[in-house]
Amino acid sequence: MSIRTEEMILNVGPQHPSTHGVFRLVVKIDGEIIQDANPVIGYLHRGTEKLAEDLTYTQFIPYTDRLDYLNAMTNNYVWCNTVEQLMGIQVPERAEYLRIISMELNRIASHFVWWGTFLLDLGALSPFLYAFRDRETILDLFVKLCGARMTFSYMRIGGVRFDAPSGWLDEVRKVVKELTENIKEYDLLVTGNEIFQHRTRGVGVITKEQVIDWGLTGPVARASGVDFDIRRNDPYSIYDRFDFDIPVRTKGDVYAKYEVRLEEIRQSLRIIEQALDQIDKVDGPIIAKVSKIIKPPAGEIYTRAEGSKGELGIHLVSDGTTKPYRVKLRRPSFVNIEILPELLKGKNIADLIAIFGGIDVVLGEVDA
Amino acid sequence: MVDNNKRQVVFDGKGLEEFDPAVAEDIKRNVALVKFEELKAWARTSSFWPLSFGLACCAIEMMATGGAHYDFDRFGVMFRASPRHADVMIVAGTVTSKMAPALRRLYDQMPEPKWVIAMGSCATCGGPYYRSYSVVNGVDKIVPVDVYVPGCPPTPMELIDAVEKLRVKIRTEAKGEKVGLE
Amino acid sequence: MSEELLNTEELNNVTETNDAVEINNAVELNKTEQLLNKLVETIQSKAGEDAIEDSKLNFNRPMIVIDASAWQHELAAMLRDNEQLQFDLLSCISGVDYDDHMEVVYQFYSYTLDNYLMLKVKTNRQSPSVISVKQFWNTADWHEREAYDLLGINFEGHPNLTRILLQDEWVGHPLRKDYVVDKEGLGLD
Repeated sequence: MSIRTEEMILNVGPQHPSTHGVFRLVVKIDGEIIQDANPVIGYLHRGTEKLAEDLTYTQFIPYTDRLDYLNAMTNNYVWCNTVEQLMGIQVPERAEYLRIISMELNRIASHFVWWGTFLLDLGALSPFLYAFRDRETILDLFVKLCGARMTFSYMRIGGVRFDAPSGWLDEVRKVVKELTENIKEYDLLVTGNEIFQHRTRGVGVITKEQVIDWGLTGPVARASGVDFDIRRNDPYSIYDRFDFDIPVRTKGDVYAKYEVRLEEIRQSLRIIEQALDQIDKVDGPIIAKVSKIIKPPAGEIYTRAEGSKGELGIHLVSDGTTKPYRVKLRRPSFVNIEILPELLKGKNIADLIAIFGGIDVVLGEVDA
Repeated sequence: MVDNNKRQVVFDGKGLEEFDPAVAEDIKRNVALVKFEELKAWARTSSFWPLSFGLACCAIEMMATGGAHYDFDRFGVMFRASPRHADVMIVAGTVTSKMAPALRRLYDQMPEPKWVIAMGSCATCGGPYYRSYSVVNGVDKIVPVDVYVPGCPPTPMELIDAVEKLRVKIRTEAKGEKVGLE
Repeated sequence: MSEELLNTEELNNVTETNDAVEINNAVELNKTEQLLNKLVETIQSKAGEDAIEDSKLNFNRPMIVIDASAWQHELAAMLRDNEQLQFDLLSCISGVDYDDHMEVVYQFYSYTLDNYLMLKVKTNRQSPSVISVKQFWNTADWHEREAYDLLGINFEGHPNLTRILLQDEWVGHPLRKDYVVDKEGLGLD
């Protein structure tokens, strides 16, 4: 006797506790095996690029915050850097150091959120609390620096908005020491856990050729053996003054991505320590002398930075007026999701969430 | 026995003479009389179960409110994934025209009584995306909203305050009064 | 309101202009100039003498402008496979809407040779159409769908050219300069 089976279409999202936002995945499954997965995005498309054409260059800075809202400092930076390069503005040194410190702190906070929510998806309930506890210490620092917890709008074209208040740099030093100790707790809590290892080792392997072909960047690419980090290969700001390693793994599975991100947190703490030592010797203005009305010359430029999810790029076309002509945002999460249909074919439905969580997606960025 | 001014029932000892003094003392301490509507309101507001409906940046602040530092759980607030289990929907983030039908469907699936908190300026009025072609200017165009929380994003303390205001609103309405501007 | 202009003296003092750095920059420039010449040569050999409309160094990176008729499959394959070019990473595809034409801008990078290229492909505005390069770089898939969705540029040969960010029933292409945003008409206000 033969059993007649049919494919089932399962709809994951857009409201789902594990999709990290409004993301919909239409999955065709045959029993437990995924035959086809079709991502549907656009549930958070807010038209940022169109709005940019009506705003001045400084007015657009808060909108860049809300793209990848977990990593707002880097988004601010890419925009300000693009305009500064187009106009040939040289940013003062103290501003560069403040920018580096805030960008690296933000990268650590973003990786904390990833760690907590990824493990929540896998079923572990405690790491979420640990991650958010540590994130709160970083956010306290940011509140003292610029008044906001998450969407900072801290950088300006030519520098930054506020100087570090007195005592802030010492507090950062204390927090860095505290976090270096707390990271060891994370390893103790999760990394050696047998359930975690079974669910992530060998799951969702992305090969190096796939990474280059599909244009993946960031920790996803480094976990598959592509040794490229914009901070080292194409340094922007003053990253060439710091000594840090780029973690690279070759397996390409979810566990490799996990390791890469945890190691990145440690390296970011290293960068912040070095920056704190160097900033004490630097005094000066925190913003360059820029005219109040920002009017870059006509032209176009593409710049990028290493966000916590990958290569964040901005292609800016300026026509010589006070408002940009065209802003195209190259968002890393948008590109990283493209590989999902190919990656999920033939996998178990139980691995779907682990694979998706390993890619680390923020929907604000995917839809712009 | 019934003190109408204080809207509470006060046992002042009259009518309890037939009981043993120890029992009368016990009754005075442990029994209260309230209206049934107020009792329902007290039960409902002590355990809000929100539908986890984080759309954008405000969702992260909502998650932080659930974290250990701000701790939503001590207010009885526990996030639920299914709309059938939830009684309050915290719309955290921008509502776009593509998401709007899904939002309405989820709201319709929630059982009565249900409330909506519009968290953040995008859910209140469109926020910084007011002029965008694909953003709905406020979630109150789709569902009726009880509490609006301003901010971009509102801090967790403001969200806890919003839950408190919703509590006051529900308890006041249960007494038959309307919530005033004071 | 008085405008505070860029203080050029400060600029000169802050950048450490020692000769070593200048010479380094000159060497870098030569390398990128050589790359630009090489690119012009190879593209012209594949697509014809007058295929290239403009070629220059834009902020130290080669930038080449060609017409959509010259942007064909052989040229794309050559950019990816030629040993001296080897542009294996396509970072970004943007569509730009000008008054009289539309452009599709590609940002290439070569992991093996550490080279960059910005390629601009011009097409007309009434019925913009460019070949799809998804078969050469898979990452072009969603970028081209986004350009189609928001600007209406047709990518020939794309296996699934449908709207990606807006609803399937949406009318119009919002990022075009002549698109009128009517929120009340759409029911959003």
